[in-house]
Amino acid sequence: MDAVAMHIANGIVNGPVSAAFAALAAAALTVCVARGRADLDDRLAPLAGLVAAFIFAVQMLNFQVLPGVSGHLLGGTLAAILVGPWVGALCVSTVLIIQCLLFADGGLTALGLNITNMAVVGTAAGYLLVAALLRLLPRKRYALTLTAFVASVVSVVVASQGFVFEYWLGGTTELSLSTIAGSMAGAHVLIGVGEGLITATTVATVAAVRPDLVYALRRLRAPARTAAAAASAQPATSELPAATSATAGAPEPTVDGAA
Amino acid sequence: MGAGHAHPLYLDQASLVHRLAPEVKIVATVLFTVVVVVTPREEFAAFAGYAALVAAVAAVARVRPLWLLKRATIELPFVLLAVVLPFAGHGERVTWLGMSLSVDGLYGAWNIFAKGTLGVLASLLLAASTTTRDLIRGLDRLRCPQVITQIATFMLRYLDVLTAEARRMRIARLSRGHDPRFLWQVKAFAVGVGALFLRAFERGERVYLAMVSRGYTGRLPAPDGSTATAGQWAAGAVVPLLAGAIAMAVVLR
Repeated sequence: MDAVAMHIANGIVNGPVSAAFAALAAAALTVCVARGRADLDDRLAPLAGLVAAFIFAVQMLNFQVLPGVSGHLLGGTLAAILVGPWVGALCVSTVLIIQCLLFADGGLTALGLNITNMAVVGTAAGYLLVAALLRLLPRKRYALTLTAFVASVVSVVVASQGFVFEYWLGGTTELSLSTIAGSMAGAHVLIGVGEGLITATTVATVAAVRPDLVYALRRLRAPARTAAAAASAQPATSELPAATSATAGAPEPTVDGAA
Repeated sequence: MGAGHAHPLYLDQASLVHRLAPEVKIVATVLFTVVVVVTPREEFAAFAGYAALVAAVAAVARVRPLWLLKRATIELPFVLLAVVLPFAGHGERVTWLGMSLSVDGLYGAWNIFAKGTLGVLASLLLAASTTTRDLIRGLDRLRCPQVITQIATFMLRYLDVLTAEARRMRIARLSRGHDPRFLWQVKAFAVGVGALFLRAFERGERVYLAMVSRGYTGRLPAPDGSTATAGQWAAGAVVPLLAGAIAMAVVLR
Protein backbone atom coordinates (compact mmCIF):
# COMPACT_ATOMS: atom_id res chain seq x y z
CA MET A 1 0.00 0.00 0.00
CA ASP A 2 1.02 3.56 -0.37
CA ALA A 3 2.14 4.85 2.92
CA VAL A 4 1.36 8.34 1.73
CA ALA A 5 3.43 11.45 1.97
CA MET A 6 2.42 12.31 5.44
CA HIS A 7 0.20 15.26 4.77
CA ILE A 8 -3.30 13.87 4.50
CA ALA A 9 -5.24 15.32 1.56
CA ASN A 10 -8.92 16.20 1.38
CA GLY A 11 -11.24 13.24 0.98
CA ILE A 12 -9.04 10.55 2.53
CA VAL A 13 -10.81 10.66 5.87
CA ASN A 14 -14.51 11.46 6.03
CA GLY A 15 -16.10 14.73 7.13
CA PRO A 16 -17.25 14.03 10.71
CA VAL A 17 -13.94 12.51 11.76
CA SER A 18 -12.04 15.37 10.12
CA ALA A 19 -14.21 17.85 11.99
CA ALA A 20 -13.71 16.04 15.29
CA PHE A 21 -9.95 16.07 14.87
CA ALA A 22 -10.04 19.72 13.80
CA ALA A 23 -11.75 20.48 17.12
CA LEU A 24 -9.20 18.35 18.98
CA ALA A 25 -6.30 20.09 17.23
CA ALA A 26 -7.81 23.50 17.96
CA ALA A 27 -8.17 22.64 21.65
CA ALA A 28 -4.60 21.33 21.84
CA LEU A 29 -3.27 24.44 20.10
CA THR A 30 -5.19 26.69 22.48
CA VAL A 31 -3.39 25.04 25.38
CA CYS A 32 -0.08 25.36 23.53
CA VAL A 33 -0.67 29.05 22.83
CA ALA A 34 -1.49 29.70 26.48
CA ARG A 35 1.55 27.81 27.77
CA GLY A 36 3.89 28.81 24.94
CA ARG A 37 3.31 32.54 25.34
CA ALA A 38 5.18 32.46 28.64
CA ASP A 39 8.11 30.64 27.02
CA LEU A 40 8.42 32.91 24.00
CA ASP A 41 10.98 35.48 25.13
CA ASP A 42 13.55 37.41 23.13
CA ARG A 43 15.73 34.37 22.70
CA LEU A 44 13.03 31.88 21.88
CA ALA A 45 11.10 33.98 19.35
CA PRO A 46 13.79 33.94 16.65
CA LEU A 47 14.74 30.39 17.58
CA ALA A 48 11.16 29.23 17.16
CA GLY A 49 11.04 30.89 13.77
CA LEU A 50 14.26 29.24 12.72
CA VAL A 51 13.18 25.83 14.02
CA ALA A 52 9.98 26.20 12.01
CA ALA A 53 11.95 27.22 8.91
CA PHE A 54 14.30 24.31 9.44
CA ILE A 55 11.40 21.86 9.79
CA PHE A 56 9.82 23.40 6.72
CA ALA A 57 12.99 22.83 4.70
CA VAL A 58 13.53 19.37 6.11
CA GLN A 59 9.96 18.29 5.35
CA MET A 60 10.74 18.90 1.70
CA LEU A 61 13.16 15.96 1.82
CA ASN A 62 10.99 13.06 0.82
CA PHE A 63 12.39 9.64 1.51
CA GLN A 64 11.60 7.23 -1.24
CA VAL A 65 11.19 4.15 0.92
CA LEU A 66 9.80 1.82 -1.73
CA PRO A 67 8.52 2.61 -5.20
CA GLY A 68 5.40 4.68 -4.65
CA VAL A 69 5.89 4.79 -0.91
CA SER A 70 7.39 7.96 0.38
CA GLY A 71 7.27 9.87 3.57
CA HIS A 72 9.15 12.79 4.97
CA LEU A 73 10.73 14.06 8.11
CA LEU A 74 8.46 15.56 10.74
CA GLY A 75 10.74 17.54 13.04
CA GLY A 76 8.52 17.34 16.11
CA THR A 77 11.27 16.00 18.34
CA LEU A 78 13.78 18.55 17.14
CA ALA A 79 11.31 21.31 17.95
CA ALA A 80 10.50 19.82 21.37
CA ILE A 81 14.19 19.60 22.34
CA LEU A 82 15.17 23.04 21.11
CA VAL A 83 12.14 25.18 21.97
CA GLY A 84 10.11 23.01 24.33
CA PRO A 85 6.89 21.07 23.82
CA TRP A 86 4.46 23.99 23.75
CA VAL A 87 6.26 26.29 21.35
CA GLY A 88 7.50 23.19 19.51
CA ALA A 89 3.98 22.01 18.75
CA LEU A 90 3.14 25.54 17.61
CA CYS A 91 6.18 25.55 15.31
CA VAL A 92 5.15 22.32 13.62
CA SER A 93 1.53 23.51 13.37
CA THR A 94 2.64 26.77 11.80
CA VAL A 95 4.64 24.83 9.24
CA LEU A 96 1.60 22.71 8.44
CA ILE A 97 -0.76 25.70 8.18
CA ILE A 98 1.58 27.59 5.86
CA GLN A 99 2.29 24.51 3.76
CA CYS A 100 -1.42 23.96 3.41
CA LEU A 101 -2.29 27.57 2.53
CA LEU A 102 0.72 28.59 0.43
CA PHE A 103 1.99 25.32 -1.00
CA ALA A 104 -1.22 23.29 -1.33
CA ASP A 105 0.45 20.48 0.61
CA GLY A 106 -2.16 18.66 2.68
CA GLY A 107 -5.90 19.24 2.52
CA LEU A 108 -7.51 22.22 4.24
CA THR A 109 -10.16 20.02 5.80
CA ALA A 110 -7.47 17.53 6.81
CA LEU A 111 -5.48 20.21 8.62
CA GLY A 112 -6.87 19.09 11.97
CA LEU A 113 -5.82 15.52 11.26
CA ASN A 114 -2.35 16.57 10.14
CA ILE A 115 -1.85 18.89 13.11
CA THR A 116 -3.03 16.20 15.51
CA ASN A 117 -0.61 13.62 14.07
CA MET A 118 2.49 15.60 13.43
CA ALA A 119 2.32 18.61 15.73
CA VAL A 120 0.47 17.31 18.78
CA VAL A 121 1.05 13.54 18.90
CA GLY A 122 4.51 13.64 17.32
CA THR A 123 5.82 16.43 19.53
CA ALA A 124 4.21 15.08 22.70
CA ALA A 125 5.60 11.58 22.18
CA GLY A 126 9.02 13.00 21.39
CA TYR A 127 9.11 15.32 24.37
CA LEU A 128 7.82 12.78 26.89
CA LEU A 129 10.50 10.35 25.78
CA VAL A 130 13.17 13.07 25.90
CA ALA A 131 12.11 14.01 29.42
CA ALA A 132 12.16 10.38 30.56
CA LEU A 133 15.47 9.48 28.90
CA LEU A 134 17.30 12.57 30.10
CA ARG A 135 16.36 11.67 33.67
CA LEU A 136 17.44 8.04 33.26
CA LEU A 137 20.62 8.37 31.25
CA PRO A 138 23.93 9.44 32.81
CA ARG A 139 24.71 13.12 32.58
CA LYS A 140 27.12 12.83 29.69
CA ARG A 141 27.15 14.58 26.40
CA TYR A 142 26.30 11.47 24.41
CA ALA A 143 23.07 11.09 26.41
CA LEU A 144 21.41 14.03 24.70
CA THR A 145 22.49 12.81 21.26
CA LEU A 146 21.20 9.31 21.94
CA THR A 147 17.98 10.70 23.41
CA ALA A 148 17.40 12.87 20.36
CA PHE A 149 17.85 9.89 18.08
CA VAL A 150 15.62 7.46 19.98
CA ALA A 151 12.89 10.02 20.62
CA SER A 152 12.81 10.95 16.92
CA VAL A 153 12.36 7.37 15.77
CA VAL A 154 9.58 6.70 18.28
CA SER A 155 7.86 10.01 17.65
CA VAL A 156 7.73 9.47 13.88
CA VAL A 157 6.34 5.96 14.20
CA VAL A 158 3.75 7.06 16.76
CA ALA A 159 2.70 9.96 14.54
CA SER A 160 2.32 7.61 11.57
CA GLN A 161 0.06 5.38 13.64
CA GLY A 162 -2.04 8.47 14.33
CA PHE A 163 -2.99 8.33 10.66
CA VAL A 164 -3.88 4.66 10.98
CA PHE A 165 -6.14 5.47 13.93
CA GLU A 166 -7.86 8.27 12.01
CA TYR A 167 -8.25 6.04 8.98
CA TRP A 168 -9.78 3.35 11.16
CA LEU A 169 -12.30 5.90 12.51
CA GLY A 170 -13.23 7.53 9.25
CA GLY A 171 -11.45 6.14 6.22
CA THR A 172 -13.44 6.63 3.04
CA THR A 173 -12.56 3.21 1.62
CA GLU A 174 -12.31 -0.35 2.80
CA LEU A 175 -8.68 -1.24 3.16
CA SER A 176 -7.27 -3.84 5.46
CA LEU A 177 -6.26 -1.97 8.59
CA SER A 178 -3.40 -4.27 9.44
CA THR A 179 -1.87 -3.72 6.00
CA ILE A 180 -1.94 0.03 6.48
CA ALA A 181 -0.66 -0.15 10.04
CA GLY A 182 2.16 -2.47 9.04
CA SER A 183 3.30 -0.54 5.99
CA MET A 184 3.01 2.81 7.78
CA ALA A 185 5.04 1.54 10.72
CA GLY A 186 7.64 -0.14 8.51
CA ALA A 187 8.14 2.87 6.27
CA HIS A 188 8.25 5.27 9.17
CA VAL A 189 10.82 3.30 11.13
CA LEU A 190 13.15 3.95 8.20
CA ILE A 191 12.06 7.59 7.98
CA GLY A 192 12.48 7.81 11.74
CA VAL A 193 16.09 6.64 11.48
CA GLY A 194 16.76 9.36 8.90
CA GLU A 195 15.01 11.91 11.07
CA GLY A 196 16.85 10.65 14.14
CA LEU A 197 20.24 11.15 12.48
CA ILE A 198 19.39 14.70 11.41
CA THR A 199 17.90 15.57 14.81
CA ALA A 200 20.82 14.04 16.70
CA THR A 201 23.53 15.82 14.69
CA THR A 202 21.68 19.13 14.88
CA VAL A 203 21.00 18.90 18.60
CA ALA A 204 24.56 17.71 19.34
CA THR A 205 26.06 20.65 17.45
CA VAL A 206 23.76 23.19 19.06
CA ALA A 207 24.33 21.71 22.54
CA ALA A 208 28.09 21.85 22.04
CA VAL A 209 28.24 25.45 20.87
CA ARG A 210 25.17 27.15 22.30
CA PRO A 211 23.80 25.00 25.14
CA ASP A 212 21.80 28.02 26.28
CA LEU A 213 19.59 27.50 23.22
CA VAL A 214 18.54 23.95 24.08
CA TYR A 215 15.25 24.04 25.96
CA ALA A 216 15.52 20.42 27.09
CA LEU A 217 18.90 21.11 28.71
CA ARG A 218 17.67 24.27 30.39
CA ARG A 219 14.57 22.62 31.80
CA LEU A 220 15.68 19.08 32.50
CA ARG A 221 19.38 19.38 33.25
CA ALA A 222 19.75 22.80 34.83
CA PRO A 223 19.75 21.75 38.53
CA ALA A 224 22.39 19.13 37.89
CA ARG A 225 24.65 21.59 36.19
CA THR A 226 24.60 23.99 39.09
CA ALA A 227 25.25 21.11 41.48
CA ALA A 228 28.18 19.88 39.43
CA ALA A 229 29.57 23.37 39.11
CA ALA A 230 29.18 24.12 42.81
CA ALA A 231 30.82 20.90 43.88
CA SER A 232 33.28 21.08 40.95
CA ALA A 233 33.57 17.37 41.40
CA GLN A 234 34.04 16.41 37.80
CA PRO A 235 35.89 19.07 35.86
CA ALA A 236 36.40 16.64 32.99
CA THR A 237 32.72 16.20 32.35
CA SER A 238 31.62 19.68 33.29
CA GLU A 239 29.99 20.90 30.19
CA LEU A 240 31.68 21.91 27.05
CA PRO A 241 35.04 23.57 27.54
CA ALA A 242 34.97 25.19 24.12
CA ALA A 243 31.62 26.87 24.57
CA THR A 244 31.65 30.25 22.95
CA SER A 245 31.39 33.55 24.70
CA ALA A 246 27.76 33.61 23.63
CA THR A 247 26.92 31.01 26.27
CA ALA A 248 27.85 33.43 29.00
CA GLY A 249 24.30 34.79 29.03
CA ALA A 250 22.21 31.98 30.37
CA PRO A 251 24.14 29.45 32.47
CA GLU A 252 26.24 31.83 34.57
CA PRO A 253 23.59 33.39 36.76
CA THR A 254 22.52 29.95 37.94
CA VAL A 255 26.12 29.06 38.80
CA ASP A 256 26.51 32.27 40.73
CA GLY A 257 23.26 31.67 42.50
CA ALA A 258 24.40 28.24 43.62
CA ALA A 259 27.81 29.42 44.74
CA MET B 1 18.12 37.36 1.01
CA GLY B 2 17.41 40.16 -1.43
CA ALA B 3 15.14 38.18 -3.69
CA GLY B 4 12.83 36.10 -1.62
CA HIS B 5 9.95 38.27 -0.65
CA ALA B 6 7.39 36.23 -2.51
CA HIS B 7 6.99 32.49 -2.22
CA PRO B 8 7.52 30.26 -5.28
CA LEU B 9 3.82 29.74 -5.98
CA TYR B 10 2.96 33.43 -6.09
CA LEU B 11 2.11 34.86 -9.50
CA ASP B 12 2.85 38.56 -9.53
CA GLN B 13 0.09 40.11 -11.59
CA ALA B 14 -2.98 42.28 -11.20
CA SER B 15 -6.43 40.77 -11.06
CA LEU B 16 -9.65 40.95 -9.14
CA VAL B 17 -8.65 37.90 -7.11
CA HIS B 18 -5.21 39.38 -6.34
CA ARG B 19 -6.80 42.59 -5.06
CA LEU B 20 -9.23 40.83 -2.74
CA ALA B 21 -8.33 41.15 0.95
CA PRO B 22 -6.37 38.09 2.14
CA GLU B 23 -8.74 37.24 5.00
CA VAL B 24 -11.62 37.05 2.52
CA LYS B 25 -9.67 34.67 0.28
CA ILE B 26 -8.67 32.43 3.18
CA VAL B 27 -12.25 32.12 4.44
CA ALA B 28 -13.57 31.53 0.92
CA THR B 29 -11.00 28.80 0.25
CA VAL B 30 -11.77 27.04 3.52
CA LEU B 31 -15.54 27.16 2.96
CA PHE B 32 -15.24 25.96 -0.64
CA THR B 33 -13.05 23.04 0.42
CA VAL B 34 -15.44 22.08 3.21
CA VAL B 35 -18.37 22.02 0.76
CA VAL B 36 -16.37 19.84 -1.63
CA VAL B 37 -15.40 17.38 1.07
CA VAL B 38 -18.89 16.92 2.51
CA THR B 39 -20.43 16.29 -0.92
CA PRO B 40 -21.39 12.61 -1.33
CA ARG B 41 -18.99 10.89 -3.69
CA GLU B 42 -21.70 9.56 -6.04
CA GLU B 43 -22.76 13.07 -7.12
CA PHE B 44 -20.61 13.36 -10.23
CA ALA B 45 -22.52 16.41 -11.52
CA ALA B 46 -21.68 18.38 -8.38
CA PHE B 47 -17.95 17.76 -8.82
CA ALA B 48 -18.19 18.93 -12.43
CA GLY B 49 -19.83 22.10 -11.13
CA TYR B 50 -17.05 22.65 -8.58
CA ALA B 51 -14.44 22.15 -11.28
CA ALA B 52 -16.20 24.78 -13.39
CA LEU B 53 -16.12 27.18 -10.41
CA VAL B 54 -12.38 26.60 -9.94
CA ALA B 55 -11.83 27.18 -13.65
CA ALA B 56 -13.83 30.42 -13.50
CA VAL B 57 -11.81 31.72 -10.54
CA ALA B 58 -8.60 30.74 -12.32
CA ALA B 59 -9.72 32.68 -15.37
CA VAL B 60 -10.55 35.77 -13.28
CA ALA B 61 -7.21 35.48 -11.47
CA ARG B 62 -5.50 35.08 -14.87
CA VAL B 63 -3.79 31.85 -13.83
CA ARG B 64 -3.01 29.63 -16.80
CA PRO B 65 -4.46 26.09 -16.69
CA LEU B 66 -1.09 24.51 -17.46
CA TRP B 67 0.52 26.34 -14.52
CA LEU B 68 -2.19 24.98 -12.22
CA LEU B 69 -1.95 21.41 -13.49
CA LYS B 70 1.82 21.35 -13.21
CA ARG B 71 1.69 22.46 -9.55
CA ALA B 72 -1.17 20.08 -8.80
CA THR B 73 1.22 17.14 -9.19
CA ILE B 74 1.97 17.61 -5.49
CA GLU B 75 -0.93 15.29 -4.77
CA LEU B 76 0.50 12.47 -6.89
CA PRO B 77 1.21 10.19 -3.91
CA PHE B 78 -2.49 10.26 -3.10
CA VAL B 79 -3.45 9.59 -6.68
CA LEU B 80 -1.21 6.53 -6.56
CA LEU B 81 -3.13 5.40 -3.50
CA ALA B 82 -6.31 5.94 -5.48
CA VAL B 83 -5.01 3.79 -8.35
CA VAL B 84 -4.35 0.91 -5.98
CA LEU B 85 -7.80 1.02 -4.38
CA PRO B 86 -9.91 -0.56 -7.14
CA PHE B 87 -7.64 -3.61 -7.07
CA ALA B 88 -7.33 -3.90 -3.30
CA GLY B 89 -10.89 -3.01 -2.25
CA HIS B 90 -13.48 -5.46 -1.01
CA GLY B 91 -17.09 -6.15 -1.85
CA GLU B 92 -18.90 -6.24 -5.16
CA ARG B 93 -16.64 -6.38 -8.21
CA VAL B 94 -16.99 -5.44 -11.85
CA THR B 95 -14.94 -6.61 -14.80
CA TRP B 96 -13.43 -3.95 -17.04
CA LEU B 97 -10.91 -4.67 -19.79
CA GLY B 98 -10.36 -8.08 -18.29
CA MET B 99 -9.49 -6.68 -14.85
CA SER B 100 -11.61 -7.45 -11.83
CA LEU B 101 -12.17 -4.18 -10.02
CA SER B 102 -13.89 -3.51 -6.71
CA VAL B 103 -16.88 -1.16 -7.01
CA ASP B 104 -16.24 0.29 -3.57
CA GLY B 105 -12.58 0.70 -4.46
CA LEU B 106 -13.50 2.56 -7.67
CA TYR B 107 -15.76 4.93 -5.77
CA GLY B 108 -13.04 5.36 -3.14
CA ALA B 109 -10.48 6.14 -5.82
CA TRP B 110 -12.81 8.66 -7.43
CA ASN B 111 -13.53 10.20 -4.03
CA ILE B 112 -9.86 10.73 -3.22
CA PHE B 113 -9.02 11.91 -6.71
CA ALA B 114 -11.90 14.39 -7.08
CA LYS B 115 -11.84 15.89 -3.59
CA GLY B 116 -8.06 15.91 -3.39
CA THR B 117 -7.65 17.60 -6.76
CA LEU B 118 -10.31 20.24 -6.13
CA GLY B 119 -8.79 21.03 -2.73
CA VAL B 120 -5.29 21.33 -4.17
CA LEU B 121 -6.53 23.56 -7.00
CA ALA B 122 -8.35 25.84 -4.55
CA SER B 123 -5.24 26.13 -2.34
CA LEU B 124 -3.07 26.77 -5.39
CA LEU B 125 -5.33 29.63 -6.47
CA LEU B 126 -5.08 31.13 -2.98
CA ALA B 127 -1.29 30.77 -3.05
CA ALA B 128 -0.98 32.16 -6.58
CA SER B 129 -2.89 35.31 -5.68
CA THR B 130 -1.64 36.04 -2.15
CA THR B 131 1.82 37.11 -1.05
CA THR B 132 3.38 35.74 2.11
CA ARG B 133 2.99 39.04 3.91
CA ASP B 134 -0.66 39.33 2.91
CA LEU B 135 -1.38 35.79 4.04
CA ILE B 136 0.05 36.43 7.50
CA ARG B 137 -1.84 39.72 7.70
CA GLY B 138 -5.00 37.85 6.73
CA LEU B 139 -4.44 35.25 9.42
CA ASP B 140 -3.79 38.05 11.91
CA ARG B 141 -7.07 39.76 11.03
CA LEU B 142 -8.89 36.45 11.40
CA ARG B 143 -7.77 36.53 15.07
CA CYS B 144 -5.16 33.82 14.63
CA PRO B 145 -3.12 33.82 17.89
CA GLN B 146 -0.19 36.19 17.72
CA VAL B 147 2.25 33.46 18.74
CA ILE B 148 1.44 31.58 15.56
CA THR B 149 1.59 34.58 13.23
CA GLN B 150 4.86 35.59 14.86
CA ILE B 151 6.38 32.13 14.33
CA ALA B 152 5.04 32.13 10.76
CA THR B 153 6.55 35.56 10.05
CA PHE B 154 9.96 34.47 11.24
CA MET B 155 9.70 31.10 9.58
CA LEU B 156 9.05 32.58 6.15
CA ARG B 157 11.83 35.15 6.64
CA TYR B 158 14.33 32.60 7.92
CA LEU B 159 13.66 30.19 5.08
CA ASP B 160 15.59 32.61 2.90
CA VAL B 161 18.31 32.95 5.55
CA LEU B 162 18.58 29.18 5.69
CA THR B 163 18.72 28.73 1.92
CA ALA B 164 21.32 31.44 1.53
CA GLU B 165 23.42 29.98 4.34
CA ALA B 166 23.23 26.52 2.77
CA ARG B 167 24.37 28.00 -0.53
CA ARG B 168 27.31 29.74 1.13
CA MET B 169 28.36 26.52 2.82
CA ARG B 170 28.09 24.61 -0.44
CA ILE B 171 30.23 27.16 -2.25
CA ALA B 172 32.75 26.98 0.60
CA ARG B 173 32.89 23.20 0.22
CA LEU B 174 33.24 23.42 -3.57
CA SER B 175 36.04 25.94 -3.33
CA ARG B 176 37.90 23.53 -1.05
CA GLY B 177 37.90 20.79 -3.64
CA HIS B 178 34.64 19.07 -2.70
CA ASP B 179 33.22 16.87 -5.45
CA PRO B 180 29.45 17.22 -5.38
CA ARG B 181 28.19 14.05 -6.91
CA PHE B 182 24.86 13.01 -5.51
CA LEU B 183 25.69 10.65 -2.66
CA TRP B 184 28.80 12.54 -1.57
CA GLN B 185 26.78 15.70 -1.44
CA VAL B 186 24.25 14.05 0.82
CA LYS B 187 26.99 12.99 3.21
CA ALA B 188 28.53 16.44 3.36
CA PHE B 189 25.10 17.94 3.88
CA ALA B 190 24.27 15.52 6.68
CA VAL B 191 27.55 16.25 8.45
CA GLY B 192 27.05 19.97 8.03
CA VAL B 193 23.40 20.17 8.98
CA GLY B 194 24.10 21.11 12.59
CA ALA B 195 26.54 23.80 11.53
CA LEU B 196 23.99 25.08 9.04
CA PHE B 197 21.40 25.37 11.79
CA LEU B 198 23.73 27.29 14.08
CA ARG B 199 25.00 29.64 11.40
CA ALA B 200 21.46 30.36 10.28
CA PHE B 201 20.37 30.92 13.86
CA GLU B 202 23.15 33.37 14.64
CA ARG B 203 22.37 35.32 11.49
CA GLY B 204 18.65 35.15 12.29
CA GLU B 205 19.28 36.32 15.85
CA ARG B 206 21.08 39.39 14.54
CA VAL B 207 18.15 40.08 12.21
CA TYR B 208 15.76 39.73 15.14
CA LEU B 209 17.77 42.02 17.42
CA ALA B 210 17.95 44.58 14.62
CA MET B 211 14.16 44.38 14.30
CA VAL B 212 13.67 44.74 18.07
CA SER B 213 15.98 47.73 18.22
CA ARG B 214 13.87 49.36 15.51
CA GLY B 215 10.68 48.99 17.49
CA TYR B 216 9.39 45.52 16.59
CA THR B 217 6.90 44.37 19.22
CA GLY B 218 5.70 41.07 17.79
CA ARG B 219 3.48 42.35 15.02
CA LEU B 220 4.54 43.80 11.70
CA PRO B 221 3.04 47.21 10.93
CA ALA B 222 0.36 47.13 8.24
CA PRO B 223 1.27 49.94 5.85
CA ASP B 224 -2.14 50.61 4.36
CA GLY B 225 -4.21 49.26 7.23
CA SER B 226 -7.18 48.59 4.96
CA THR B 227 -9.35 45.78 6.22
CA ALA B 228 -11.81 44.00 3.99
CA THR B 229 -14.87 46.03 3.02
CA ALA B 230 -18.36 44.60 2.94
CA GLY B 231 -18.12 44.58 -0.84
CA GLN B 232 -15.00 42.44 -0.72
CA TRP B 233 -16.63 39.99 1.66
CA ALA B 234 -19.61 39.81 -0.72
CA ALA B 235 -17.31 39.18 -3.70
CA GLY B 236 -15.44 36.52 -1.78
CA ALA B 237 -18.69 34.85 -0.75
CA VAL B 238 -19.74 34.24 -4.34
CA VAL B 239 -17.70 31.09 -4.91
CA PRO B 240 -18.53 29.29 -1.63
CA LEU B 241 -22.21 30.22 -2.01
CA LEU B 242 -22.34 28.87 -5.56
CA ALA B 243 -20.60 25.70 -4.41
CA GLY B 244 -23.08 25.38 -1.56
CA ALA B 245 -25.96 25.90 -3.98
CA ILE B 246 -24.62 23.14 -6.24
CA ALA B 247 -24.29 20.81 -3.27
CA MET B 248 -27.84 21.56 -2.08
CA ALA B 249 -29.20 21.12 -5.59
CA VAL B 250 -27.75 17.66 -6.11
CA VAL B 251 -28.48 16.42 -2.60
CA LEU B 252 -32.12 17.56 -2.63
CA ARG B 253 -32.75 16.39 -6.17
